[in-house]
Amino acid sequence: MDSSGLIQIVLYLVLLTALTPIIGEYMARVFSGGKTVASRVIGPLERGIYRVCGVDPAREQHWTGYAASLLAFNLLGVLLLYALLRLQAFLPLNPAGMTAMTPDLAFNTAVSFTTNTNWQSYSGEAALSYLSQMAGLTVQNFVSAATGMAVLVALIRGFSRRSARTVGNFWVDMVRATLYVLLPLSIVTALFLVWQGVPQNLNAYVTAETVEGAQQVIAQGPAASQIAIKQIGSNGGGFFGINSAHPYENPTPLSNLVEMLQLLLIASGLTWTFGRMVGDLRQGVALFAAMGLMLVVGIGVTAWAEGRPNPAMVAVGADSLGGSLGGNMEGKEVRFGIANSALWAVATTAASNGSVNAMHDSFSALGGMVPMVNMMLGEVVFGGVGAGLYGMMVYVLLAVFIAGLMVGRTPEYLGKKIEAKEIKLAMFAALTTCFGILVFSALALVVPAGLAGIQEPGPHGLSEVLYAYSSATGNNGSAFGGYTANAPYPNTTIALAILLGRFLVILPVLAIAGALAAKKSVPASAGTFPTHGPLFVGLLVGTVVIVGGLTFFPALSLGPIAEHLMTGVVP
Amino acid sequence: MIHRSSEISLLDAGIAAQAVGVAFRKLDPRELVRNPVIFVTAAAAVLTTVLFVRDLVTGVPSTGSDPAVVGQIAAWLWFTVLFANFAEAIAEGRGKAQAASLRKSKTETPARKVSSIDGAGEQQVPAASLRANDLVVVEAGEVIPGDGDVVAGIATVDESAITGESAPVIRESGGDRSAVTGGTRVVSDRIVVRITVNPGESFLDRMIGLVEGAKRQKTPNEIALNILLAGLTIIFLVVVVTLESFAQYSGVTLPVVYLAALLITLIPTTIGGLLSAIGIAGMDRLVRFNVIAKSGRAVEAAGDIDTLLLDKTGTITLGNRQAAEFLPVAAVNERELAEAAFLASLADDTPEGKSIVVLARQKFGLHSVDPATSGFTFVPFTAQTRMSGVDIPAAAGAGAASSSGSGAGSTLTLDDPTSIRKGAVDAITRHVGADGSPRDLKQIVERVARAGGTPLVVAKGGRVLGVIHLKDIVKPAIRERFATLREMGIRTVMVTGDNPLTAASIAAEAGVDDFLAEATPERKLELIRSEQAEGKLVAMCGDGSNDAPALAQADVGVAMNTGTQAAREAGNMVDLESDPTKLIEIVMIGKQLLMSRGALTTFSIANDVAKYFAIIPALFVAAYPQLAVLNVMGLGSSSSAILSAIIFNALIIVALIPLALKGVRYRPAPAASLLRRNLLVYGLGGLIVPFIGIKIIDLAVNAFGLA
Repeated sequence: MDSSGLIQIVLYLVLLTALTPIIGEYMARVFSGGKTVASRVIGPLERGIYRVCGVDPAREQHWTGYAASLLAFNLLGVLLLYALLRLQAFLPLNPAGMTAMTPDLAFNTAVSFTTNTNWQSYSGEAALSYLSQMAGLTVQNFVSAATGMAVLVALIRGFSRRSARTVGNFWVDMVRATLYVLLPLSIVTALFLVWQGVPQNLNAYVTAETVEGAQQVIAQGPAASQIAIKQIGSNGGGFFGINSAHPYENPTPLSNLVEMLQLLLIASGLTWTFGRMVGDLRQGVALFAAMGLMLVVGIGVTAWAEGRPNPAMVAVGADSLGGSLGGNMEGKEVRFGIANSALWAVATTAASNGSVNAMHDSFSALGGMVPMVNMMLGEVVFGGVGAGLYGMMVYVLLAVFIAGLMVGRTPEYLGKKIEAKEIKLAMFAALTTCFGILVFSALALVVPAGLAGIQEPGPHGLSEVLYAYSSATGNNGSAFGGYTANAPYPNTTIALAILLGRFLVILPVLAIAGALAAKKSVPASAGTFPTHGPLFVGLLVGTVVIVGGLTFFPALSLGPIAEHLMTGVVP
Repeated sequence: MIHRSSEISLLDAGIAAQAVGVAFRKLDPRELVRNPVIFVTAAAAVLTTVLFVRDLVTGVPSTGSDPAVVGQIAAWLWFTVLFANFAEAIAEGRGKAQAASLRKSKTETPARKVSSIDGAGEQQVPAASLRANDLVVVEAGEVIPGDGDVVAGIATVDESAITGESAPVIRESGGDRSAVTGGTRVVSDRIVVRITVNPGESFLDRMIGLVEGAKRQKTPNEIALNILLAGLTIIFLVVVVTLESFAQYSGVTLPVVYLAALLITLIPTTIGGLLSAIGIAGMDRLVRFNVIAKSGRAVEAAGDIDTLLLDKTGTITLGNRQAAEFLPVAAVNERELAEAAFLASLADDTPEGKSIVVLARQKFGLHSVDPATSGFTFVPFTAQTRMSGVDIPAAAGAGAASSSGSGAGSTLTLDDPTSIRKGAVDAITRHVGADGSPRDLKQIVERVARAGGTPLVVAKGGRVLGVIHLKDIVKPAIRERFATLREMGIRTVMVTGDNPLTAASIAAEAGVDDFLAEATPERKLELIRSEQAEGKLVAMCGDGSNDAPALAQADVGVAMNTGTQAAREAGNMVDLESDPTKLIEIVMIGKQLLMSRGALTTFSIANDVAKYFAIIPALFVAAYPQLAVLNVMGLGSSSSAILSAIIFNALIIVALIPLALKGVRYRPAPAASLLRRNLLVYGLGGLIVPFIGIKIIDLAVNAFGLA
């Protein structure tokens, strides 16, 4: 990688850091119910929605009510989307004449999009009608992101409230997240993408004759609107099969930069929102710092690993260290190059986004391990909108509990004592991730139907499977590629892993929110465990790396680590 | 300070020998299941043993590993369980040793049961048969048969069996000194005691139960930690079970014994094995300090204390006030006032009185007069007059003057027969009437009060001479202790019955953060509630019956053993030495308990990193020889690596028993610096130590050809 690559990475990080307080401050106002610059326009719409749906915005819910609303809403989402995908052949806006999805694929897709995962066992341009794309996937892209934000906001209220019974109103949080945050950002972004050359129409596919005289079908459709929310809402499900590597999804370096920023924008901003809403910005900054540190290290490793040529190519004399390719270019778009591909890969798995602009399967073993590790850690490096931060809170509770004892007090975080109940729930959430990834991967590696999808034998094949279930459990949705997932067994088990990784984390997190809200708040003193500053940042990163590392090191050692050692490094 | 049981050394040979036996008895599954981590370890030990026996019987190493190594792994897994049991047993043993000394006083004593307070219907019954509300008579030389309240009489009681304090204490009916403890001995006089507890529930019984650890309930933080450890155990169970499938895909079959070994090295056996020992040892440290906690919960809460309510008298100041200066009113010189005060205090045996004599002598070199031969009539203090003093006849005055010896300035100027009185402002003012009180008296009195002192007015012959400034003497070095507490983040509040002016002055001198003046039991309770409403935890100590509500309300209420039964029931700790300054140490012991848990948990988890680097390459090098580079310790062979890891895992428990019993070092400091230090020692140390330890064990294992 050359210096221009480095400059682009630094520019990206600087922009992200600069935008964090701006969007964070805005979201804090949105979720505190305050007036924003957009209130004049959106306010009437918001009130109209409440009136139509019969929601009393002033009535708050106990965490159980909050959770019940969330589950009911998501269940309805899955059912509607499933119906739409199965019936798309009979519905309008289907110029390409798409047929119904198979039951297992429709189930997988419905679950995947409702949960903000956007795992795609299909190619959009070859499987979905425009109606399915717009009314199905795009709608879920909005509300699944809003659901994640709502859960986080409920958890923040758990910290900031004292002796309270309620954690907020799910319907209000979701409506406000959608109307005030996701929608305005998406509209602006969609317009920007159209300017950059992304199609936004309802036209049928066109057939072109290439210079060589071959026939090429060029897919198009309402792409810009879906791509905007796919990035902003950490969804990641591409309009086209190859996602943001497709020139119609991500045509220019500028669109690439903006889309990469949007991968992490809201998640990063939420750290600021967190600090603002708990009344101590330093707490949010510490979380930002911990996440940022892990992001920078991840980018560094992947960019370094991808900047090295493929030893196999060197062996046949096709490449050399410092050669014209500048590194491992297999599976990467020439218009993005090494730096932007590495950056995207790390950012998209740090966030639970999962969109790709290069093929991770073609990354070097170490370069591809970083995205996998990002997902295994639970996507807590900024992570999905809302989901990343509430996932990080699970680690925060564990870190504070273990190390907090070392200052000689019952552990507390933000004035709330961390006791048996919170630990039980946090361990439950941690166990979910471990169970989803390891058990489903282990099953797939012994069941013939699971083994069938593996493209490459040996450690790389293990990586493919491990990556798939990490992506599913982490609700990421990015695919390593290589693993053939559109078959009943992977479709079903991946959907189950997705459901597990989504709701068996959300439920304990909401329960934690309820338990914390009910507690009194202990004022901080010199004897309080300090949860800001470099020491805490280091402790938190250490906990994430050690707890995550201990869980997945054995599996990784048989996958990417073994592969890396076998391929060797170019001297 | 008496440390009754300090002779029990950390690893007393007798206790250790007994603990070995107990460690085996604790292999009972019903005992083991209480500790999930150790239970899993025991299950793995059973499994490997079964496999080992099967291999021996069939003669085929079907497990794919060397039977000798399998046998050793099985043995070390059993050792791991036994070492954990041993740690708990030794902590319990030390508690039992404490209890034994208590139990000595609980020998079967006959009780003289009576049917009424006047002593009628006396009959001999065994002490163990006494029930609540029974009345017993106890006379000099007899042992009080059970906990109770004195309902008639007054007696001196030797409580050294409980407190270790050899000086007898006074117990009398009514008031705050009515509680007596079973097992203590009446030294003089005769009392009638109403028994307040049923058999087996006495204070002594409960103490014995608690220090033995028999009735120990898990404390809230211990429960939370246990959940964390159980959760980690399940995670590692999933890791190890799924590993079999990953290995199969990769073309290796992992021997079950190796997987079991991997599981046990990963689950937090170190902290799991030492957790209950840490808890018992925490209680034990308090007992060594002569404080009995009624529950482990209270010890834990002590570490969390945010606000410390401290009684002024006896805690912050020495119990007695001392004369600091003589302040004459206008037209009286200081010497005249000092002489009068001196004479009035000659026969005054209170510390205040003595201090007046001492001060007068220091300032003016006055010679002492023997009160017995002086011919003076001394008027003692009574609650009615609230004054004391002396009446001097004319003749006696001359004699006293002549006896005062030589030396300039040392002669007493006694002229006429006169009477001298000293006492509280209002008492003296009433005594001398309106004419006798000079106009500037009020001013002087106020000045003394503002300075935190108590004004004692002196009048001679119906005329006020001036004021003696009695000062509360703040204990030496108490200011530094409060500074330490502040650094630890603990707010100190001084509680006193004094008026706000006096209180403020003493508070400033002692360096407390706040004070509650003109305190009544109600205001004390109110203060505790308002602190708690802010989410703070409050500790206090008290002795009187009227302290009981506040003691019960406080998160840590330390009752003085000399206090009433009501106070002792209400508090959750009892200080046998009745030393209120101990609150500070109690807080530190609580913190030390929590820190020990956190430190060993961190250490235990950090250890896993090295164990991975020992075991993972050993397991997988057959599938991918390149993985040998992960063998950073350069361990001899696959089986020696696994064996060394499991041996290290067992031995580290034994190595850390002393730390668990003693508790990690605690130096009062802000949380941030404590954390930095402990993270460095136990976090980083926990990462590095096992790399070295496993390497050394591996060298030994290979040297002896064990694997």
